[in-house]
Amino acid sequence: MKNRNYFALLFAISLTTIFTVFAFTGTDTSLDRFIVSYNIGDKAEDFSLKNIDGKMVSLSDFKQAKGFIVIFTCNTCPYSVANEDRIIELDKKYKPKGFPVIAINPNNPEASPGDSFELMQARAAEKGFTFPYLLDEGQKVYPEYGATKTPHVFVLEKEDKDLIVKYIGAIDDSSRDPGSVTKKYVENAVDALLANQPIEMVSTRAIGCGIKN
Amino acid sequence: MKRVVFAAVLLLLLSCKKEVKEPAEPENDHIEVVNFSELEKLLQEQEEEVLLVNFWATWCKPCVEEMPYFEEVHDSLAGPDLKVILVSLDFPDKLESQVIPFVRNKGLEPQVILLDDPHENDWIPKVDSTWSGAIPATLFLKEGKRKFFEKSFTRTSLFSEVSKFINP
Repeated sequence: MKNRNYFALLFAISLTTIFTVFAFTGTDTSLDRFIVSYNIGDKAEDFSLKNIDGKMVSLSDFKQAKGFIVIFTCNTCPYSVANEDRIIELDKKYKPKGFPVIAINPNNPEASPGDSFELMQARAAEKGFTFPYLLDEGQKVYPEYGATKTPHVFVLEKEDKDLIVKYIGAIDDSSRDPGSVTKKYVENAVDALLANQPIEMVSTRAIGCGIKN
Repeated sequence: MKRVVFAAVLLLLLSCKKEVKEPAEPENDHIEVVNFSELEKLLQEQEEEVLLVNFWATWCKPCVEEMPYFEEVHDSLAGPDLKVILVSLDFPDKLESQVIPFVRNKGLEPQVILLDDPHENDWIPKVDSTWSGAIPATLFLKEGKRKFFEKSFTRTSLFSEVSKFINP
């Protein structure tokens, strides 16, 4: 009986939520999207997304890569902007070692006009991005990875033909201020992979901007 | 039971009226800047039984969008038993140029605190073990009981979660 009441309450709330959404606002940011969310050790799926040069990019295009530093980031989030130079440095340092950066903008440009494809092109040119900067058109890739914010990093390593998730989290321990970094989480993770050593911190957390749907 | 619930939710919806806001109390012109252990201490020292702690920033669009609902909760429920606290995660150097003008322009009445603690990986899990760090995020506290939300609220979802938390 208790359960039934509980379901009745849930049902009532969902009904009224749906009703209110359509009646008053038209959109609802609180309805949770279906997010799979990778864990460490999971196999990551490849994707095909449009790069700022107009070409489609997939991870399978990078035949020589040992892995990838996949970073969900965008133009508009202050935490992403504060990390842009660090992302460029990561690519410069690790692309030659087989771990290129792949940046993906997960935001819906309709909800976040500053993250439109054209403005992604402009920002990449202005900052001199050395890596692909892809638009998650239709927002299918970020929910699969379980990215919740920008910036959000996933380090993947190739094992046979699979891509295995090895690290999830922040670039370092001071996302706002590059001057006070004491631990470079992503560098430590990729260095460990390159040296065939276990990664000390496989997941970390930092404040970021929620992804705009 | 079902009827009571429907009636309650309907009542909640029908009570949608926007009141004219008075300007902010002068106390919000001074915003305290704290690190995480100071924030924890400050939360423990509150006398109210129920604390609704919202993590936000002026640059966070969904945070700004849900802000009026927290104000409305503050207007209708805050008192000796319940307090709304808005914890800003704006960059500390934006306190004067962004946060204070925002609070003043919006006439925000709930207490606003700026959390300046770079060791995010240390304190984020202490707020909640499931929090990835995305904002908006909200923590409900009541006598050792806690509920955490890493999502934005609509007016309806906030009121229904608050009432479920207060009267389980």
